[in-house]
Amino acid sequence: MKRNKIIIILTIISIFVLSLGIGASAEAFRVALIMPSTINDFAWSQSMYDALLTIQNEMGKENFQFVYSENMFVVADAAAAIRDYASEGYNLVIAHGSQYGASLADIAPDFPKTSFAWGSTANVFADQGITNIFAYEPYSEEGGYVNGVLAAKLSKKDIFGVIGPIETGDAKRYTEGFKAGIQAVKPNAQVNVTWIGSYSDVALASEAAQTHINAGADVLTGTAQMTVGAIGVARQRGALWFGYDVDQSALAPKNVICSVDVDWVVALKPMIDLIKKGERGGKIFTLNLANGGLKMVVNPEALVGQTIEDIVKGNIQVKVEK
Amino acid sequence: MEAIIIGITKSAIRLATPYLYASIGETLGQLSGVLNLGVDGVMLMGAFSAFYTVLKTGNLGLGLLVAIVVGAIFGLLIAFVNVTLKAEQGISGIGFYIFGQGLSSVLFSVMIGSVHTVNGFPPLPIPWFSDLPLVGEILFQQNILVYGAFALIPLSWFLLTKTPLGLNIRAVGQNPQAADSLGVNIVRIRYFTVIAGGILSGIAGASLSIALLNVFQQNLTNGMGFIAVALVYFGAWRPLSVLNGALLFSTVNAIQIWVQVKGINIPPDFTLMMPYLVTIVVLTAMAKRRVRPPAALNKPFQRGEE
Repeated sequence: MKRNKIIIILTIISIFVLSLGIGASAEAFRVALIMPSTINDFAWSQSMYDALLTIQNEMGKENFQFVYSENMFVVADAAAAIRDYASEGYNLVIAHGSQYGASLADIAPDFPKTSFAWGSTANVFADQGITNIFAYEPYSEEGGYVNGVLAAKLSKKDIFGVIGPIETGDAKRYTEGFKAGIQAVKPNAQVNVTWIGSYSDVALASEAAQTHINAGADVLTGTAQMTVGAIGVARQRGALWFGYDVDQSALAPKNVICSVDVDWVVALKPMIDLIKKGERGGKIFTLNLANGGLKMVVNPEALVGQTIEDIVKGNIQVKVEK
Repeated sequence: MEAIIIGITKSAIRLATPYLYASIGETLGQLSGVLNLGVDGVMLMGAFSAFYTVLKTGNLGLGLLVAIVVGAIFGLLIAFVNVTLKAEQGISGIGFYIFGQGLSSVLFSVMIGSVHTVNGFPPLPIPWFSDLPLVGEILFQQNILVYGAFALIPLSWFLLTKTPLGLNIRAVGQNPQAADSLGVNIVRIRYFTVIAGGILSGIAGASLSIALLNVFQQNLTNGMGFIAVALVYFGAWRPLSVLNGALLFSTVNAIQIWVQVKGINIPPDFTLMMPYLVTIVVLTAMAKRRVRPPAALNKPFQRGEE
């Protein structure tokens, strides 16, 4: 009898506590993120995770909550996760990768009250009558162009190496911009491009970087998370590196000259505002240099660090006539 | 032309290094009758533990040692499950792969958190030899783990064909009942080969994270351990043939990168296929003189059972 009482009391308490939890989260805006790699990949997935953190810090944890699933490179797994999150009532489910589009078009109509977002793409499936999908698309070629101009000015050999994953989406746009930037400064420069066919093969990316340097390149660039292998080679062999997705200078402080930082906050904030106003989808958000969605992060240490050090240590003496 | 040959060959040797460690380790295990599909997981644990040690201490030798110890522990676990508990080897191997991959990812997230770079083993030119034309630059200006991988081929060949231990290993894999009746300790031999395989897988991982790539990120090996197992079959359980297989695969891979760098107009999707395609073609061409796998491969030993 006594035990029954305890159970009843515990049940009442837990229902009370649970209802408090539901009450609190009903106020908050809830986001679920599905990403192909990890939140610390120094590239694509990390940039989106960082953006959600930034928004959470601005809005406060009580108003903005998010959860995420990493390593969803298998599209079937991602589709299952998207469906799970949607049925759990998240306000916005972000499928962060252009490989997830077909799954979204399949799932979104089943959850008309949930908003979905994906990219990089300009496709919101309006032609299929779907109204609850947003799209986001960085104009990566703009950042690539700026990197290319700077790379061309710094190169002594006028041979450049690009290490890309698969010739599509962001990677393709960035690479074309990079080439155009170089050609604008040095029309006769040679830009060698390799596609390694994978977003995760660090060893092959590293060997591609070695081959570029053996072929005479002194400046390298590339996109996606496997390029950490190539950055390691640039560091070891003294080549310059131009980054994409996030500021990659921490990986090779003396070699990473400039990175294109994709600031997804620029797309996410207006998206969240629209959802709060009752819109579910249909809009494409672009990220470019004009709206701050792309930011150029220059690393002064790689650019002038050696010169400063030489002056400080007395290796260079700057003379002035008195 | 000389620069191209040097570039491609050096690339091929670097690419082959982790496969050599892992494949020779797997060869030892399989010759004694134990199939281990968990190589990739052990490689990841070796890669992580070596990288973490070097990141924290800067001591490369200690990093290698930690990878060896971690590889040995995994080898011991795999041997316990497969030899003592007599588990289904194909299934338990996949289990160990997933375990190693998951554990290395979790430890990386918790203990390091984001991608870093370290200064790995530097090139170690061998006096006199490194000055030889062509071969000097290709073979004798590599780092110590590359030399180790290539030294492993004659060492393992010697062990397997010229020593009583090697004879026992092969006997245990071909006919454990006969070996047992002659007083060979089947369990001890299999523990030895599987632990040695674990150690070599650990070194294979370390060769990536503290010698060749000098970074660690989740799933760094990207399935290399499975290609290493395939190379054992390709090499028909003979160290020299395993070396040939690893070099063939790596050379074609190095050539395909070079073809892209040189802007030769072949679609990258096609060139990327070449290492796999060539390997399959060679395997098919050799099918006539195919060697049978060790008769007791994948079969737990039960005394008195035929």
